[in-house]
Amino acid sequence: MKLKLKIWRQKNTQDKGNFKAYDVDDISPDMSFLEMIDVLNEQLETKGEEPVHFDHDCREGICGMCSMHINGRPHGPQQGVTTCQLHMRSFSDGDTITIEPWRAQGFPVLRDLMVDRSAFDRIIQAGGYVSVNTGGTPDANEIPIPKSIADEAFNAATCIGCGACVAACKNASASLFVSAKISQLALLPQGQVERKERAEKMIAQMDAEGFGACTNTGACSAECPKGISLSNIARMNREFLTAKASSDNA
Amino acid sequence: MNWFVATFSSTIGRKVMMSITGLFLIIFLVGHVSGNFLLFKNDGGQAFNEYALFMTTNPIVKILSIITYVAILGHVAVSIILQIHNRKARPVNYAVANPSANSPWNSRNMGILGTFILIFIVIHMQNFWYQMQFGEMPMVNYGDGVEYKNLYLIVAEAFSVWWYVAIYVFSMIMLGIHLSHGFQSAFQTLGINHKKYTPFIKKLGLAFSILVPAAFASIPIYMFFL
Ligand code: HEM
Ligand code: SF4
Ligand code: FES
Repeated sequence: MKLKLKIWRQKNTQDKGNFKAYDVDDISPDMSFLEMIDVLNEQLETKGEEPVHFDHDCREGICGMCSMHINGRPHGPQQGVTTCQLHMRSFSDGDTITIEPWRAQGFPVLRDLMVDRSAFDRIIQAGGYVSVNTGGTPDANEIPIPKSIADEAFNAATCIGCGACVAACKNASASLFVSAKISQLALLPQGQVERKERAEKMIAQMDAEGFGACTNTGACSAECPKGISLSNIARMNREFLTAKASSDNA
Repeated sequence: MNWFVATFSSTIGRKVMMSITGLFLIIFLVGHVSGNFLLFKNDGGQAFNEYALFMTTNPIVKILSIITYVAILGHVAVSIILQIHNRKARPVNYAVANPSANSPWNSRNMGILGTFILIFIVIHMQNFWYQMQFGEMPMVNYGDGVEYKNLYLIVAEAFSVWWYVAIYVFSMIMLGIHLSHGFQSAFQTLGINHKKYTPFIKKLGLAFSILVPAAFASIPIYMFFL
């Protein structure tokens, strides 16, 4: 396949940045999107040019690093996949592909396609944990949890913190991510002790990081590689309102 | 910060204010359209004018109308605050965006739709409400010793102008589209999302957003062709 690429190039956080056009040739439809960029980067390095910087780690859809806005959508045209799991067969020979970094106040661009997602880490640090001493491994089924509740919690826990929800949202809202992280603990017995404090602190941090409000457009869930459901956002709002109305934090 | 102020200064707290004011306005619309239906009565406007007098003098209605003004102004003010906050959350826009791939148009354009509704409310208040409260009104007597302001006449005159009817109908379409997202969204904002109720809420919202604006719009259309 022959492709034209328009890629955002930005030297550092201060640089204004701009799009650069590149041509790539001999791209196999079986390559992943990241492998296609690897090909481009080899090409650039042979020419002595700076390769395109992008985040990636596992390349198997579980780490959430490979943030790229491809032809107007986070992680490209396929639903339910990260960029590393997107294959070139999703494009046609001769296509022009525009690649941009996530755009959000909370995700400043570090370089080219790399953004700083520490805002998510700070939200987790604000309360996305259980601070009890867990001791030794408990016997299975010592803490009875109905299967349906366990499933809900585990579904929420599949969030890989990729940030596609923020990238997709017209308000750059982090609601889906934060709601998944609040839900996975709110649903389980271990999460009860810090439940109210957690909701209050994580949501306060989400706001402090400059993410937008939720308009319930559903773009986040539609673009989420893990299909995190909007019902988590409703749960987050319930958790927030209950906590605000009844926590000790007067 | 005081916990109460903090709650309603947060993004979720602000959305809760949008939701509650929006739901109040939804209930208001039902009341308003029911009253308007008196315009269909073939009595030269008597029932409507009697109703208008009641609505402008009854103390309970007075309280309700103040709540309605607060709800409208609050809904608009908070929507502006949210809109500014949301713009700041994405200081650089995407060069290529394909939002229709992941979200419906109405949900992304609540501000534009709301602005059309707001313009309509201003025109509407100026023509009928201001006129009724402060304007020179024609009077009418139905033989019960009471002098009624003839609001019916004002309405009938307004609805005989084609462009006024056109603005009215257009605005009702905007309202319908606003509500086709807003009705169900308001419940989600309040955290009401459950497999038992949400499918029903979504259907009810869709029915409401078609039927109520259509009911409003039917009146000027009917009176225009009368
Ligand atoms: C009778 C008139 C109106 C009714 C019944 C109404 C109802 C609603 C409802 C139910 C919502 C959903 C709230 C939520 O998502 O929780 C909403 C959202 C919204 N309304 Fe209205 N509205 C009306 C007029 C207006 C006006 C005049 C504006 C003015 C600009 C406006 C702007 C908005 C905006 C921007 C949103 C979306 C807020 C967000 O989610 O970010 N609305 N409306
Ligand atoms: S909710 Fe989905 S889109 Fe958002 S960070 Fe988690 S996995 Fe990514
Ligand atoms: S590189 Fe880990 S999810 Fe794509």
